[in-house]
Amino acid sequence: MDHEEPEAREPVISLTGARATLGSRPVLRGVDLTVRRGEVVALLGANGSGKSTAVRAAVGQVPLSGGSLQLFGTDLKRFRKWSRIGYVPQRTTAASGVPATVREVVSSGRLARTKLGLPGRGDKAAVQRALELVGMADRIKDSVNALSGGQQQRVLIARALAAEPELLIMDEPMAGVDLANQEVLAGALREQVADGVTVLLVLHELGPLEPLIDRAVVLRDGCVTHDGPPPKAAASTPPSSQLRSSRGYPQPGHDHVHPHDGPGAEPIRTGLLS
Amino acid sequence: MLEILNYDFMQRALIAATAVGLTAPAIGTYLVQRRQAIMGDGIGHVAMTGVALGFLMNTSPVWMATLVAILGAVGMEIVRSRGRTSGDVALAMLFYGGMAGGVMIINLAPGNSTASFNTYLFGSITTVAPEDVTAICILAAFVVAITIGLRRQLFAVCQDEEFARVTGLPVRLLNLLIAVTAAVTVTVAMRIVGLLLVSAMMAIPVAAAQRVTRGFVTTLALAMTIGVTVSLTGTAATYYVDAPSGAAIVLLAVAVFLVLALLAAPLARRRARSKAAAEAAEASGSPDAVDALDSMECTLPSARQAEENVKV
Repeated sequence: MDHEEPEAREPVISLTGARATLGSRPVLRGVDLTVRRGEVVALLGANGSGKSTAVRAAVGQVPLSGGSLQLFGTDLKRFRKWSRIGYVPQRTTAASGVPATVREVVSSGRLARTKLGLPGRGDKAAVQRALELVGMADRIKDSVNALSGGQQQRVLIARALAAEPELLIMDEPMAGVDLANQEVLAGALREQVADGVTVLLVLHELGPLEPLIDRAVVLRDGCVTHDGPPPKAAASTPPSSQLRSSRGYPQPGHDHVHPHDGPGAEPIRTGLLS
Repeated sequence: MLEILNYDFMQRALIAATAVGLTAPAIGTYLVQRRQAIMGDGIGHVAMTGVALGFLMNTSPVWMATLVAILGAVGMEIVRSRGRTSGDVALAMLFYGGMAGGVMIINLAPGNSTASFNTYLFGSITTVAPEDVTAICILAAFVVAITIGLRRQLFAVCQDEEFARVTGLPVRLLNLLIAVTAAVTVTVAMRIVGLLLVSAMMAIPVAAAQRVTRGFVTTLALAMTIGVTVSLTGTAATYYVDAPSGAAIVLLAVAVFLVLALLAAPLARRRARSKAAAEAAEASGSPDAVDALDSMECTLPSARQAEENVKV
């Protein structure tokens, strides 16, 4: 990893003055969001604040009524290298109307590279590696319908990782995922960040990811109200009942070791809170 | 039993039945995957106008039906991709406008077209003309090439359309291809299964196959196997029993579904138990279970936004 000042690195996402409406309701009202190479940025905010729309706009899935979007320095209209981006849409299930195996779902992430061609040996190896990263390699032949919600989310993240992206964009990857699975996901993400992958993720609460986050952008009513160090203990999410246990730190009956606590653990990146 | 192969009309009927058995479940698997199995029914209704136009203009009903069905299917795809709430009203107009148009035009056509029109609705083994066999084989080859050759890409589009767009796949083109392929399948199937029953052959073999399968490609392959088996058996049966072949084929498909559902019941119970056990273990190991529920509830408004804002 390089040690330049973050401000000196080139932006991989620049969303400038983004405006978007759903029906007649304005959802984004001039959002500026810049993510530079190697950063881990969390997008926070209450429900309806526009954070999900902002992240979908950042991958070109929400038409902008104003402002502009550049990905890796290229205007969205001319951007073609989608394999540089791994996207995890907001979903609660990986299942659909017909059964599919874990391998089939994760392989579809590889289409960013193979496109309309046939997959080769390297593609199969990448699918295997992505599943190992999220600890699901032993379930490769199982049907996704047979997995729990947290395991399905791990499969969806493996699908994004299969393309070996430089930029990971995740919409609420922890929603509906139990703590044990959250820890597995945090570990997978930590490895990606250590490899220099840039991350933009929508979070409802920081949880076990907190040590990884470099910067937090807080949205409120479609406007950015904070852009800087992440707030302590998810103070930006109003429902106070969630503050109680939102940090994901040891609870009764929950005794696994945090990877970054170990003596041999690799140094995590120099985030403000780490 | 083999004496039925001595008749030219039965040879043609069995070739057409093989084509139906392969194609309808093949495209049906993708339609079922995105919970759109009813689309085949709609295209069938629209194709009636095409068949009737064929009679009226004395051209081949198969090609005219193909043309009109493709136009209808592309129209349905445009309505679907816009994702408007008024979409189902637009589809209803397309479906029933197509059916009414067919009935109206057929009564304008000269001669005894109404009687032969009925054979297009429920299928008939005696009406597959030699030139139909050529058309059916060409169209079926197209459907099989698309559904097998592009299975990875079509799987991705039907599994998670937004994700597929972000991989850079030409999603709009692939969606149109699914619509056109479904339309072509309807006209492949209309001689043997009939326009009103074609949707059953797209959905029932797939539903039967997934009682016992775990993966997508195995479901596709088993659905096509079931499809060929029931359509050949049903076609042969109507040589002995004077009934529309479509009715016999669809009843056989329902029987296969019931048998597989019964056989797979212990399997399904075991799977449900192990999944419930896994989730219970996670829930009890997690003091955050209540919060997890909270946050799932909290994400609902955004999920709704996502649907309202579908862009293709």
